[in-house]
Amino acid sequence: MELIILQVSTSKGSNSIKKNKIGFFQRNFEVLYKEKALWLLLLPGIIWYLIFAYGPMYGLIISFKDFSPFKGIVKSPWVGFMWFEQFFKSQFFWRLIKNTLLLNIYNIIFGFPIPIILAFMLNEVQHNWYKRIAQTISYLPHFVSTVIVIGMLVNFVSPTGIINSMIKSLGGETVHFMVKPQWFRPLYIITGIWQSAGWSSIIYIAALSGIDPQLYEAAIVDGANKIKQIWYVSLPGIMPTILIMLILALGSILSIGYEKIILMYNTATYETADVINTYVYRRGVVGGEYSFGTAVGLFQSIINFIFIVIANKISRKVSEVSLW
Amino acid sequence: MSIKKLSLGDRAFYIFDYFIIALVICATLYPFIYIFSASVSDGGPLGRGEVWLLPKGFNLNAYKTVMKDNTIWQSYYNTIWYVVVGTTINIFMTTITAYPLSRRKFSARNTIMMFIAFTMFFGGGLVPTYLLIRDLHLLNTRWAIVLPAAISTWNLIIMRSFFEGIPESLHEAATIDGCSELKILVKIFLPLSIPVMAVMVLFYAVGHWNSYFSALMYINDQDKYPLQIYLRKILIQYEQNDILQDVNQGRDVVAQSVRYAIIIVSTVPILMIYPFLQKYFVKGVMIGAIKG
Repeated sequence: MELIILQVSTSKGSNSIKKNKIGFFQRNFEVLYKEKALWLLLLPGIIWYLIFAYGPMYGLIISFKDFSPFKGIVKSPWVGFMWFEQFFKSQFFWRLIKNTLLLNIYNIIFGFPIPIILAFMLNEVQHNWYKRIAQTISYLPHFVSTVIVIGMLVNFVSPTGIINSMIKSLGGETVHFMVKPQWFRPLYIITGIWQSAGWSSIIYIAALSGIDPQLYEAAIVDGANKIKQIWYVSLPGIMPTILIMLILALGSILSIGYEKIILMYNTATYETADVINTYVYRRGVVGGEYSFGTAVGLFQSIINFIFIVIANKISRKVSEVSLW
Repeated sequence: MSIKKLSLGDRAFYIFDYFIIALVICATLYPFIYIFSASVSDGGPLGRGEVWLLPKGFNLNAYKTVMKDNTIWQSYYNTIWYVVVGTTINIFMTTITAYPLSRRKFSARNTIMMFIAFTMFFGGGLVPTYLLIRDLHLLNTRWAIVLPAAISTWNLIIMRSFFEGIPESLHEAATIDGCSELKILVKIFLPLSIPVMAVMVLFYAVGHWNSYFSALMYINDQDKYPLQIYLRKILIQYEQNDILQDVNQGRDVVAQSVRYAIIIVSTVPILMIYPFLQKYFVKGVMIGAIKG
């Protein structure tokens, strides 16, 4: 190690006269040469990110063009904000915004607190075997594919499925759940909770295990019961984690798990189920309206980006917790 | 902690806590138990809606029907291909990218990290990605499934954090001994990284096993469809293909139990290995959590 340092310093020393002219390039070149092995390892990854992550970002310019696959991206004519205007004036614009926002808001109201509550409850279990079984089972649905989850749902709530059998045995009428717009949101949220509440609780359980046990002892000495210990020790202890997760949730407020919606929705439920991404998929990819689809997608990405920056800023102001 | 020491309120709290946890366990397991029971029950009781929890009667006709179907095994094979090839590419790419970024003395470390992290918050979206895959002539090839998914930035960050936890002194000692960076990675870092590698293999493999959307976007040939696309057709779109037509002669009930058998056949591999690997999964989330 010392030998290397010595070599570097002598080579720098001998070049010190020329340094004023080419010092900048020389120094960078030396660093680059010394790190060439690291750069070589990194190269495939950088190329991958350039192609598969930044490549589509280059493709975003077709949202300002009248893209035709035959002319290619460069030769297609510019049209300014035509596609954006078309989208904003479209009869579906407000419906899409409303559906996307409502699904996200319901998801945050109902889906976000449940993993936290579950983590508190699991954390209080005193018997290790019970805790382990509960954890193993509650993480399980995370590994079941969305297709299977929705497949189960479709079969359970079908007119001949178990839910309708129950309704009928209680004297009710058959409900066609999958084609009723008013049922789409509850079903979406419930399946989401079933699938991910356990898995999402891991991060809070990890945070809870990091709380200093002395804090609990002090609280017990002060006469705090279990509920008060959770409220005054556990909750503040994991607040940074909660805030980070909330920032992430708010940052994606205008995007939603569209892969699941594409599995769940149908023309009868578009009224409540159609969100920006599913619309982009239908019009842009399936329908081949490339420029229009790209413009709608870009609108969504920009709003999302703004949301995450704002959420991050607010969080940093009020709690010194932030993503960057 | 003995029960006697507890106040009445705390005892009530624990009873409530254990009870709710028991409810969570039941609610999670019930769909699986029901599907299993329905898949092995006799048609009669199932059709009359008499199956609630345990099987009524016992027959494996639904499974025999599934076994005879070639499409499901073809898509099973395809999914295994996507999982094996995809995960191999994932591990290779994630490792060689995470290693340089974990070197604290690497001058471009922060710049490259920002270049990568930015893609977590902003992207091109569906249509430009689709056009890119088309322009690369990957449409309707198996590579359209595995190449665009070669690196997950989240997993990359997890692996980088793990590498950063390996003591710097090991790297220094190896440098003095004249080891190249590649040799250090292969001979020193990889043997120490088995826990994180297990997590990565599992995260990526489960991701490939469960993914359907990229196949929906990029694949047209039936003989390249993964299992999930097949499942979507049978379970959600109720497509009447051969497997259901054979049995479906006006008897929806049988078709129903075949559907349940298909769910079991396609979920069991993951559910079987899952409990043994659980400790790794959890570890992976924790590494990510500490860093994230």
